[in-house]
Amino acid sequence: MLSLSDFLIVAAILFGIGMAGIVINRKNIIVLLMSIELILLAVNTNFIAFSYFLDNVIGQVFVFFILTVAAAEAAIGLAIMVVLFRKRSTIEVQELDLLKG
Amino acid sequence: MENNLLLIALVIILLPLLGALIAGLFGKLIGPRPTHTITISLMSITFLLACYVFTTMVLNGYPAVEGVIYKWVQAGAFQFDVALLIDKLSATMIFIVTFVSLMVHIYTVGYMADDPGYQRFFSYVSLFTFAMLVLVLADNFLLMFFGWEGVGLVSYLLIGFWFKREAAVFGSLKAFLVNRVGDIGFLLGMAVILKYFNTLNYHEVFTHVGSVLDKTLNLFPGTPVSVITFICILLFIGAMGKSAQVPLHVWLPESMEGPTPISALIHAATMVTAGIYMVSRASPLFEYSTVALSLILVIGATTCLFMGLLAVFQCDIKRVIAYSTLSQLGYMTVALGASSYDAAIFHLVTHAFFKALLFLAAGSVIIALHHEQDMRNMGGLARYMPITYLTFLIGALAVAAIPPFSGFYSKDAIIEAVQLSTIPGAGYAYMCVLVGAFLTPLYIFRALFLTFHGKERLSLHAKKHIKESPWVILVPLIALAAPSIVSGFMLVGPMLFTQPRLLGASVFVLPQHNVLAHMAMEFHGAWLMAIDACMHLPFWLAIAGIGTAWLFNIHFVEFAEQLKRRFSFFYSVMMNKYGFDDFNQLIIVRGCRKLGYFFYDISDLKMIDGIFVNGTGKIITWLARVGRRLQSGYIYHYSLAMVAGVLVFLGWFLLLPLKG
Amino acid sequence: MTALQIIFYAFSSIAIFSGMMVVSSSNPVRGALFLVLTFFAMSGVWLLLHAEFLALILVLVYVGAVMTLFLFVVMMLSVSRINVREGFVKYFPIGLLMVFLIVGLTVTVIGPNRFGLLNMPTPIAKSIDYSNIESLGMVLYTQYAYPFEVAAVLLLTAIVAAISLTHREGRKHKTQRISDQIAVNPKDRLRLIKMPSELRIKPTNTGQ
Repeated sequence: MLSLSDFLIVAAILFGIGMAGIVINRKNIIVLLMSIELILLAVNTNFIAFSYFLDNVIGQVFVFFILTVAAAEAAIGLAIMVVLFRKRSTIEVQELDLLKG
Repeated sequence: MENNLLLIALVIILLPLLGALIAGLFGKLIGPRPTHTITISLMSITFLLACYVFTTMVLNGYPAVEGVIYKWVQAGAFQFDVALLIDKLSATMIFIVTFVSLMVHIYTVGYMADDPGYQRFFSYVSLFTFAMLVLVLADNFLLMFFGWEGVGLVSYLLIGFWFKREAAVFGSLKAFLVNRVGDIGFLLGMAVILKYFNTLNYHEVFTHVGSVLDKTLNLFPGTPVSVITFICILLFIGAMGKSAQVPLHVWLPESMEGPTPISALIHAATMVTAGIYMVSRASPLFEYSTVALSLILVIGATTCLFMGLLAVFQCDIKRVIAYSTLSQLGYMTVALGASSYDAAIFHLVTHAFFKALLFLAAGSVIIALHHEQDMRNMGGLARYMPITYLTFLIGALAVAAIPPFSGFYSKDAIIEAVQLSTIPGAGYAYMCVLVGAFLTPLYIFRALFLTFHGKERLSLHAKKHIKESPWVILVPLIALAAPSIVSGFMLVGPMLFTQPRLLGASVFVLPQHNVLAHMAMEFHGAWLMAIDACMHLPFWLAIAGIGTAWLFNIHFVEFAEQLKRRFSFFYSVMMNKYGFDDFNQLIIVRGCRKLGYFFYDISDLKMIDGIFVNGTGKIITWLARVGRRLQSGYIYHYSLAMVAGVLVFLGWFLLLPLKG
Repeated sequence: MTALQIIFYAFSSIAIFSGMMVVSSSNPVRGALFLVLTFFAMSGVWLLLHAEFLALILVLVYVGAVMTLFLFVVMMLSVSRINVREGFVKYFPIGLLMVFLIVGLTVTVIGPNRFGLLNMPTPIAKSIDYSNIESLGMVLYTQYAYPFEVAAVLLLTAIVAAISLTHREGRKHKTQRISDQIAVNPKDRLRLIKMPSELRIKPTNTGQ
């Protein structure tokens, strides 16, 4: 039988992959944004699993809102990226070091 | 009566000071004639008072007087006063000091007549007298040190009197600095005395010597040194500086750059004898340290011999007499080492007379020849300056220890005392003083023959103007010649051989060192001692010395030149004064300069400026530079840092309860 | 091995595999498409958890709108695909380490000994006519109506922000502005000046 921990483990693995994607990615901002989507997906899975096993619908309501916010955030993030590309003509993360101390 | 004596002593000290102040502050106002009148009259009063004190203390046998004039310092358990001690030793000393000082004052009127610094000179000479009197009349080591430093200072001022001459400035600095080296020893000695006796008063220190006899202190960990020996050696280092013993003798020849009157006053009769006086005064301390006495013997003997040897080769008349002073000081030191303090003071007294006489006579010659000092440009002056010649001859006979002149009695006493002494080093000292007895007449009669006899080597200009010196110069000469003849004869009995001796309780001798008592047993009177001299070796050595001088300078003049060429190495060693000056210049002077540069370079520039001041700035810059790297501007670095932080917290909060 | 388990393992392995491909693909378009696959797989997992509405929303909204947007932008930026590999090999160990750490930590905490079937038993199966949408709607429009409206405003804000960020002024090139042409006034174009007739100028001497 499936237990809660199975779902949680899957979510954790996806979370880790997303984190790794943020850190090891040097060449592409889009992959960064996609990794963030992965992380959000993992978190959502967590919520839904708990909501199922604790028999409380509140988890799903929360996922609803997370999805909304994630969509908005993805849109704005891409918009910023587009403007960045216009200015710098590159989306390599390595080139974006204007805040270097 | 005691208060009277104290008051007189105070007046004796203060009158020269008053003269110095008037001449120094108002000299330019009142002009040269009133200046010398005032100072000479004040000095005469001082001398008469000193005679009175001498009569009372020595001739009438009044007991010692000690009194506090003024409470100087009260520091916790220590109290130092301005207090005077009048006893036989100090009375003798003030008599000598004031007499020679008065003679020099009168002499200066003639010698410095056309010098622009006339009033300044009088002021300095009176100031010197003041300092010397304080030194002699002090009743504790600290006040004596005040006088000690005072005479050192005025000696510097006087040697560098003609301060526009570079040689004079160099000589004065050298004198002061070498004296300073001795003073360090003196100060350290005083410090040790203070530590172990808790006082610097003579009387209290001397009565408590017994309690310190078996104490030792650790110089370095593991090398215990007897306290008494340590104190005595340190005090003697001070005496070495002032009394110009080897190796602190180097200042005396250069001090001849000063005017001749001060050479007579300072470097014949008074300042250089301060060290001898100090050791005699501290005889209760020195008696208990055989090591110190040995050291004194050896150093005195070395000075006596080697400086006498140098005197034979000098060409400047004042240098000959300067080295002679060094040699005679060596004699006095040897006498101190042989525990015959009375003989040392006796020789001090006679030496003051005849050495001052020799200097002043030389000054008379110099000024007659318009400041010509090289003996190679003199000769045959006897017929032009008879009185000067006569007085110089008297002085020469005295220093050569020909009976019955004064020098004979004192020097002979010293030689015999050394012969009888049992202190280690006495044998070496005896050899040295015997050879010295040969060298002394050799160099002084060489000087005499070169200056007053033989062919005339005068320059034309000098020959035109030469004549006998004015009476202001001659009177001191005659006044000093008289004691040079008779003082030995008169004083030898009372001073050395009667019981109690002239200096009485001022000087302390342990029974096992009491050589004078041995000698007293064979003493039958001054006349007999004089006649008996031809049975003793020193007399014949003196005659041999005079003969050798006559031979080389009158008869076989060219032989001297040949000898000079044969033994050129020996000659050059002599000319270099055994390399003492070169050593000092090379190692000490350059060493100190290099040390100064080293400290400036390394510690000042590199360490303080570089490391501490600039270094702190650089460290901050470096820290900032390292810290800057954290701001790389890359998102993934920042996110990595965040993840790492999260992991740490995660691990901390989740795993720790698991373990525990 | 029940059917449930087979389905779960299948979908989750697809999800994990495509997640890894998202991160490590050299072609960003490919990466985006793999992300789409991940979403599909997770949607299947969510269906197992009886969250039908959200599973559908995930596909419709997330994949349909957000990923489409992603693909648009990726293709618009036309990023070259050569050099993605460069950094990947160098930093791969760190990534691996990270994954292991996170997963390891999480598994230690949320492993079967805490959240296994003993502590969290399978809930009772619901009746046939249990409607996930209905139960969600019952809560959403009553208790959480306020956050619901706020979420709507948030989306509006996002629209405004995105447009204002990327909006450009028109390009500076010369075109006809018809409205301006029609609205012109003769006074702006013409100016009449009255001048007196010119005086005859006397010729000056030249050259002499």
